Amino acid sequence: MSDDVHVPGALRGLGNWVDERFGGAGYVRTLMKKVFPDHWSFFLGEIALYSFVILLLTGTFLSLFFVPSMNDVVYHGSYIKLNGLRMSEAYASTLRISFDVRGGLLIRQIHHWAADIFMVAITVHMLRIFFTGAYRKPREVNWLIGIILFSLGLIEGLFGYSLPDDQLSGAGLRIFEGVLQGIPIVGTYLAYFLFGGGFPGNDIVPRMYIIHVLLIPGLILALVTAHLLIMFHQKHTAMPAKDQTDTHELGQPFFPYFIAKTTAWLFFVFAALAILATFAQINPIWQYGPYTPLAISSASQPDWYMGILEGALRMMPAWEINFLGHTLSLSVLIPFALPLGIILGGAAFWPWFEKWATGDNSEHHVLDRPRNAAVRTSIGIAVVVFYGVLWAEGANDVIANKLQIPLYTVTWISRVLVIVGPILAYFATKRICIGLQRKDAELLEHGLETGIIVQRPNGEFEEIHRPVSEEARAVLEAKKVPLALPVGAAAVDENGVSAPQARGLMGKMRVRANQAFLETIPLPAGDGHGHGNGHEGNGHGEVEGGGQEHAAVGASTAPAELDRLPDAQPQRPDPGAAGDESES
Amino acid sequence: MSWIIARRRHPAAGYAAIAGLLVVVAVGYGALTGFGSGASASAPAQNATDIAQGRSLFLDNCSSCHGLEAQGTPQAPSLIGAGAAAVDFQMSTGRMPAKEQGPQNDRKPVTFTQQQIYDIAGYIASLAPGPQIPSASEVSTAGADAALGSQLFSTNCTQCHGFAGAGGALTYGKDAPPLTASTPTQIYEAMLTGPEAMPVFGDGTLTPSDKRDIIAYITQTRGETNPGGFSLGRTGPVTEGLVIWLGGLGFLVLIAMWITAKRRDTRVDLDES
Repeated sequence: MSDDVHVPGALRGLGNWVDERFGGAGYVRTLMKKVFPDHWSFFLGEIALYSFVILLLTGTFLSLFFVPSMNDVVYHGSYIKLNGLRMSEAYASTLRISFDVRGGLLIRQIHHWAADIFMVAITVHMLRIFFTGAYRKPREVNWLIGIILFSLGLIEGLFGYSLPDDQLSGAGLRIFEGVLQGIPIVGTYLAYFLFGGGFPGNDIVPRMYIIHVLLIPGLILALVTAHLLIMFHQKHTAMPAKDQTDTHELGQPFFPYFIAKTTAWLFFVFAALAILATFAQINPIWQYGPYTPLAISSASQPDWYMGILEGALRMMPAWEINFLGHTLSLSVLIPFALPLGIILGGAAFWPWFEKWATGDNSEHHVLDRPRNAAVRTSIGIAVVVFYGVLWAEGANDVIANKLQIPLYTVTWISRVLVIVGPILAYFATKRICIGLQRKDAELLEHGLETGIIVQRPNGEFEEIHRPVSEEARAVLEAKKVPLALPVGAAAVDENGVSAPQARGLMGKMRVRANQAFLETIPLPAGDGHGHGNGHEGNGHGEVEGGGQEHAAVGASTAPAELDRLPDAQPQRPDPGAAGDESES
Repeated sequence: MSWIIARRRHPAAGYAAIAGLLVVVAVGYGALTGFGSGASASAPAQNATDIAQGRSLFLDNCSSCHGLEAQGTPQAPSLIGAGAAAVDFQMSTGRMPAKEQGPQNDRKPVTFTQQQIYDIAGYIASLAPGPQIPSASEVSTAGADAALGSQLFSTNCTQCHGFAGAGGALTYGKDAPPLTASTPTQIYEAMLTGPEAMPVFGDGTLTPSDKRDIIAYITQTRGETNPGGFSLGRTGPVTEGLVIWLGGLGFLVLIAMWITAKRRDTRVDLDES
């Protein structure tokens, strides 16, 4: 493609000069021809990337004016309502940025909105990765890096929110100190070291500042680079589509198509943040007032991404026990460690759990449609509900006030829902997934209803069904049926003897877990509605392989029989074949 | 009409119909309930009160709960010693007469003239001494220090009313109301008498000068423009989170779908069959 492009002589000369010295032409050519899949959800992670760029730029501007100091000053600035008040230099300099530095308030608001959308983007990006199974082999490490980036984002956001030393951020910092102190044995020491003494002290703002502007951004930058390089090396996953296989990626080349789109996307992200920062006020610290440990405002909430911790804290009963002479503040320890531990720890553990429960150790480059992986989708929705209940409880007073529900009622509803909700969500989602699979199977078997009723010569009425298009068929047939474990043998044979792999606690648990994954609706056997056309003339072995899998699965009629059919195995790509990508 | 008929199957028609209905419902609801009508602020004037007239109004409107001699009943407290300030606060904010028994009485449209309220207040004050309705000069914010008021407000009031006086939830269905409609006199009276769940801030706790500083802070804060754009309700990060998820992410997802949109070939597909 690039050979067709006419390059001006001057540019060619410059290119040759660079290439003769550094030899980057080959690499650039590869880069320019790199294929990017074209699906909107693949742009979610890029929101995080671009908002991070914006965070670095706006943060640099703010650091030129922000004074990270807890020194006591008397305010005599433009905001006369706080005139003559004693406050920390950090707060006074943030007021100065907001009211006296030209463009300061706009940049501050862009920075804060960018932080909010950064975490939103990471969250929805992770949800996309999870629900489509993009974390599977070979991308587990990138999944883990993503989880670490999410956690770093949380801390980075918390510290940024705490820096201006306003009433709300001070309240948040007080909770943070309490959480640190709640850690058994070392907690009080940790809090003492971090704050350089008692709360709040004079050390915390300068310390948080250097962590916020140097340490964590550096770590995030390094990990984002690794994240992108690994993604580049492993190539993109792709949504199921016609001719899309595990070894053949469809999409558009980086140059000139994707680069145009992603540049436009950078500007759109920037535009969204600029519009928000122009029209929607965020973190009005002048309303909150300078921090004093004497005061606390109602509706003291953290930024949205810390809401789950806030909610867990508000939900938790005031339990405190004495264990071997150590006070254990369970009312702080459990909310701090348990919900995020379950969600992030579970997310980190999940790829290996799925591998263990399905016995599927093959590489996956084509994504699953969420409905086709019912267990994963249901677990994901259960976690979303779990998170959502805790998150909403973080705003329990605002909910109680705005919706006129008594406060304790809100708390009790959330206490019940946080346990019952995920369980209900799991089963409801699983039924919905299976139902959608059934619909897909029916679409493949009978085609689309056209609404056209014809009368046959013999008087019979019949509705015309139109076979689904080749593209839709390819998507529907991309479904993979999990393996029944143990492979090639029944868990318990006809003599009641269990297979060696199914013995023991782990073996039994594995068979049980596997059975949950096996509940799926098989695709129908190939029919006469022009199905065969898809296999003609395109010469892709993978597509043929898909057809065989399809036939093999279609041979079974009920999901219960699947585990007795050793040939009901998912398609496995040739492990020797490297990921080969080509242009669309 | 034919313009609508021609476009009724347009992809955006459903959204347009829903948006139109929402507007109709919102306007209808607003027309029925009144668009944010606030209580009119009237300067408290120490008019001559007619205690006899006040007693007659009391017997007609209040005695069924508070008792014929304002001695209180199981439904409502005694008003002997409640003072004129309490009566003026409760009635001028529409809280009394109460609409129903509930966790607390909320602000609602006032049904009495200010003179009638003064009459009833005068009658209650005649039963036993109690806090008096503050005079116009007592609630005046002229020369008051709003900066000191902001400190006093943040140590005494924000726990319940929120940092910008937007109101907040309390326990058992009670709430601290937003301070958006209260007149300076009402704010002063509330501090003096401690209505509902609110504590009494007597002159020993907050001096009259402190009270004026707080009133100055409240009235300045609610009148002040929001330099950063829309205030989002002045309730802190909860609404900010709502905006970033629904507005920020919603907008960007629509753009992402547009950027990656493919031409739909369904029409061609239909023609083939």
